[in-house]
Amino acid sequence: MTIHTLSVLVENKPGVLARVSGLFSRRGFNIDSLAVGETENPDVSRITIVVNAESSPLEQVTKQLNKLVNVLKIVELDPGTSVARELLLVKVRADRNARGQVLETVNLFRARVVDVAADTLTVEATGTPDKLDALLRDLEPFGIKEMVQSGLVAIGRGSRAITAGPALRAA
Amino acid sequence: MTRPTPETLAHSARRARTAAEAPSDADRTRAASPAVPAARPAPAQVSGAGSLVRSLEALGVDVVFGIPGGAILPAYDPLYDSTVRHILVRHEQGAGHAATGYAQATGRVGVCIATSGPGATNLVTPIADAYMDSVPLVAITGQVARPSIGTDAFQEADIQGITLPITKHNFLVQDGSEIPRVLAEAFHLASTGRPGPVLVDIPKDVLQASTTFAWPPTLDLPGYRPTLHPHGKQIREAARLISAARRPVLYVGGGVLKAGATEGLRKLAEMTGIPVITTLMALGAFPDSHRQHLGMPGMHGTVAAVYGLQKADLIVALGARFDDRVTGKLDSFAPDATVVHADIDPAEIGKNRHADVPIVGDARHVIDELLAAVTAERAAGRTTDLSDWWTQLDDLRERYPLGYEEPSDGTLSPQYVIKRLGEIAGPDTIYVAGVGQHQMWASQFISYEKPQTWLNSGGLGTMGYAVPAAMGAKVGRPDTVVWAIDGDGCFQMTNQELATCALEGIPVKIAVINNGNLGMVRQWQTLFYDERYSNTDLGTHKHRIPDFVKLAEALGCVGLRCETAEDVDRTIEMAMSINDRPVVIDFVVGKDAMVWPMVPAGTSNDEIMFARGVRPAFDEDDI
Repeated sequence: MTIHTLSVLVENKPGVLARVSGLFSRRGFNIDSLAVGETENPDVSRITIVVNAESSPLEQVTKQLNKLVNVLKIVELDPGTSVARELLLVKVRADRNARGQVLETVNLFRARVVDVAADTLTVEATGTPDKLDALLRDLEPFGIKEMVQSGLVAIGRGSRAITAGPALRAA
Repeated sequence: MTRPTPETLAHSARRARTAAEAPSDADRTRAASPAVPAARPAPAQVSGAGSLVRSLEALGVDVVFGIPGGAILPAYDPLYDSTVRHILVRHEQGAGHAATGYAQATGRVGVCIATSGPGATNLVTPIADAYMDSVPLVAITGQVARPSIGTDAFQEADIQGITLPITKHNFLVQDGSEIPRVLAEAFHLASTGRPGPVLVDIPKDVLQASTTFAWPPTLDLPGYRPTLHPHGKQIREAARLISAARRPVLYVGGGVLKAGATEGLRKLAEMTGIPVITTLMALGAFPDSHRQHLGMPGMHGTVAAVYGLQKADLIVALGARFDDRVTGKLDSFAPDATVVHADIDPAEIGKNRHADVPIVGDARHVIDELLAAVTAERAAGRTTDLSDWWTQLDDLRERYPLGYEEPSDGTLSPQYVIKRLGEIAGPDTIYVAGVGQHQMWASQFISYEKPQTWLNSGGLGTMGYAVPAAMGAKVGRPDTVVWAIDGDGCFQMTNQELATCALEGIPVKIAVINNGNLGMVRQWQTLFYDERYSNTDLGTHKHRIPDFVKLAEALGCVGLRCETAEDVDRTIEMAMSINDRPVVIDFVVGKDAMVWPMVPAGTSNDEIMFARGVRPAFDEDDI
């Protein structure tokens, strides 16, 4: 099994996310991560989906996705030629004694403290899933009270852009 | 301001009919990019319901099947004055299958209407059925008023959510001004590319509110671009393989019928001399009587067709999808075959069986271009001799023809009844089957010579399909004789639509192959469950409940009964002579007849059984 990152451009309409995610579960695929947001064109949303699948079933799910009337374009992003990031917010136990060490770890990972309480620090970090895993591993010993993580977002390197293409502009 | 005159409306209706229902070559090509309307009549002030009905009129709809109810009620008011004929069914499932039967018999879009909640959920089975068999169907449902959506209001059901996995697309209309566009898009989606069902859900307050109606609308489907024309390189590669194959077969599916490609198929088959195999969904695409026709493949296919696919060195699949009932155990299906797979739906290609030459395109274009490419191959002198292949296949056809044994207990043979029905009613009749043994016998023992003469529920296997689908077929083609061949189990699921037929003047004919049991399930119990007949005896023999003759009469039909072979012809002929009312014949047949040949579920096609305990002897040295 391999990790694949799919960038799916869809019409920005109600219910489209349900169509996309429903298709994955219906065809027996697990979504590792999912992120949705508007693009430079407000009529178009971009869904970034990370799936763990063999390439031939992945081709099938891509073809099925393409059949959804609201799906405009699907591109698989190659890790070598794209930038991928996740956002992490984590509440770490940090009393007077541990605070220094926690801050050191935070700085080491170029993360930021976004909230301070008497015995905790809330840390914000962005990065590749690997980097965030490493950060969490290092924070773990202090005690993680709560954490929340975004889905992966990714974009191709270089000047070429993925757009919905002329079909949408004509409409 | 000019109001649309009846002439302009009729004109746009005619145009819409060509575009949405009987796509000509030019229309099919244009289908993906909607044409810019020339002159647009000024918008008219109407209610949402008025807009809906005028849209249906403008789309050329002549008939809809439905039942009114609270949420859809506003639509029934303008429908009262409309040119669109509304057929009041007895159950929404009947409306859905009738629209499907109409669509399959005519090639046009079938339309059904239901109210919100239970009305809409009763359409779920026929929608799923149409989805599996790629039938152009538009289902229109009422929804509770917008402010009530999501509040568990009376008769509220999220039918858009419920039908997400079983529609090609669906819509929840949010504003009355969208109605003409959404309807036009629904018809366009349903009838182009790979056809399928589309649901349009309209809240009651949208139907009631005042809005504007303008026609024709501009379609807004940027993500929908079906590929109709195949890739030239793939076609040439396919033609090269066809010209070099020693054991080729044409594996023909329902897509060929839907594309109207049967003439081209015949030319291609005759030019190349390749054996033709038609699936359950494609019966009638190639004449059964044609010398090159091997029959149906799959679980209950002919030995020659199953063997032909299994031993082929080249399978040319046209509008077929390598369904599990065709392939049997996939790993051992056609192990030596190179596969050319042509389908309009790219997701079908390589889904079950790897395609060596994938071709995405409409079957008519694919076949026409294959014809040209094969002609070029032959002109260059490239062709192979298929006589060895035909010798093997002819030998199998001779040794293992379709047949049946007369029941030893003296009961009436169901196969005999169906065979005689086909012979007496002839190849111009439309035959509509339910699901089960009678369906398989109807596929085996009736000779289908023409397209659109065989309707059945292939993919979903919906018991209860036959009566309402026959009703829809008869409405679509009133001058054609329509025979439903149904089982006693199936018939008890949807026979209430015979009341509709009797009242609306739809004289269908129903042959109930009454073996008193859920016959196909019983056959599996005989073969795989040690003859333990758990819950398959319906009591229709033992207790004669219901009495189908009395039931038919109660529903306003003529009821006839036939229990002996001597009476079969006479009873069928009597039914054929009655054309002012529906007729039901209760054929009381033996319960032990089985469908053969059979590839048991989950096993390899190599394990095909010609009859119980009889495996065909394939001479492995032949190949």
